[in-house]
Amino acid sequence: MAATRMLSYVEKDTFVHHLSGLTKLIFFLAWCITSAMTYDTRILLVMIAVSLVLFVISKTQWKQIAGVFKFILLMMIINVIAIFLLSPYQGCEIYHSKTVLAPFFAGHDITAEELFYLFNVVIKYFTVAPSIFIFLVTTNPSEFASSMNLIGVPYTVSYAISIALRYIPDVQDDYHRIKNAQEARGIEMNAANAKLSERIRRTSAIIFPLLFSTMEEIDVVSNAMELRGFGKKKKRTWYARKKLTKADYISIAATLAFMVFALWFTYRDGSRFYNPFA
Amino acid sequence: MDKKKSKFGIREVVATGIGTALFVVLTEVQIPIGIPNTALQPRMAVLAFLSAVFGPLVGAIIGLLGHALGDALFYGSVWWSWVFPEAIVGIAIGACAKKLKVRAGGFGRKEAVLFNVVQIVSNAVAWILVAPVLDILVYAEPANKVFLQGVFAWLGNILIIAILGTLLLLAYSKIAGKSSSLEMED
Repeated sequence: MAATRMLSYVEKDTFVHHLSGLTKLIFFLAWCITSAMTYDTRILLVMIAVSLVLFVISKTQWKQIAGVFKFILLMMIINVIAIFLLSPYQGCEIYHSKTVLAPFFAGHDITAEELFYLFNVVIKYFTVAPSIFIFLVTTNPSEFASSMNLIGVPYTVSYAISIALRYIPDVQDDYHRIKNAQEARGIEMNAANAKLSERIRRTSAIIFPLLFSTMEEIDVVSNAMELRGFGKKKKRTWYARKKLTKADYISIAATLAFMVFALWFTYRDGSRFYNPFA
Repeated sequence: MDKKKSKFGIREVVATGIGTALFVVLTEVQIPIGIPNTALQPRMAVLAFLSAVFGPLVGAIIGLLGHALGDALFYGSVWWSWVFPEAIVGIAIGACAKKLKVRAGGFGRKEAVLFNVVQIVSNAVAWILVAPVLDILVYAEPANKVFLQGVFAWLGNILIIAILGTLLLLAYSKIAGKSSSLEMED
């Protein structure tokens, strides 16, 4: 089967796996919000360090995330180059100083501020990535849906999320099957020299059957759920619900405490950037 | 049937779930157009299609959840400033789901024009306005870079939705209309 570099849940017996999906969701969201708000290099580095520790505790193996990690790295390199080419002095604007390290070409001198800014862009990205890895590889999808319901998301929406997670592998199988079938018929998907209109036509040879079989699946599943009386009552119980333990409460408290501290630390001098040049 | 149920009933729950799964899987299908780091995304046509058939709430959730999950699963990170604009497109197209009459088999030339006007405008709001502004606010990226990216994303999305989205709706509306309408005997 075609190699996929998608992340998926792997059952293991560790502290992180035993935490409720709700706890991990709160950790993930707190991490995203904090990382979005701050640009303080020290906070970002602490967040990366915490994530790495969690990696070790959750016994996540390198091969589980290697494919995705390499892809992120490639994206980051392209992004950094694009920022430098289009806006070589963004760092100087942010840190209000200009220290030319080496002349490059006209209007694109390499400055210490720009390098430091780009370093921050990269680590900001890498603070969020590990929290997603940990969340995805340690959280059981069904348990996650029940956790969403626990924090007040209507159970219909939670159930939709549960269906989404449940159906991703199925739809992916369908996708590969249709793609293989079309390639067997002689429709080459990866032809580099094809015209744009030809490429769109070939892609639609996959999208049409895939979407229409999905529409049928939607009919079948919703009829089945209707027969079982889904949605008749205001509440429902969850097979995979976990009760919150002491470890959950402590983890949630620690996460929120760190978030408050990080935001206070970042904004206490009125700027979200840490400025070593001042 | 009470009002709330008709808005997000069983069919909508399932459509949101399986639709999101489809959107996520199609993240890996990209049509390169020769500009580095930019590609046509057929998943946008699918989002437009599902919004037009099932309405704004389904469109919004597929956009948000599908983009966030697809990013997370394939790229290992979520670019939040590009997740929220996705919902704008879903909501805008979904808002005229009734007028598009896809399910009833009435999606014709007039509806296709409406669909494309709405998708071009809502994509413009999403990718030229909201996404770059969020990029600047959240990630402090240079303005010229994010607006340039936004314009390319807008062009790519309206192109793929105009071609693939419209064709999908025309084809589906024909099938859906046929199978559900009985003809009166003479």
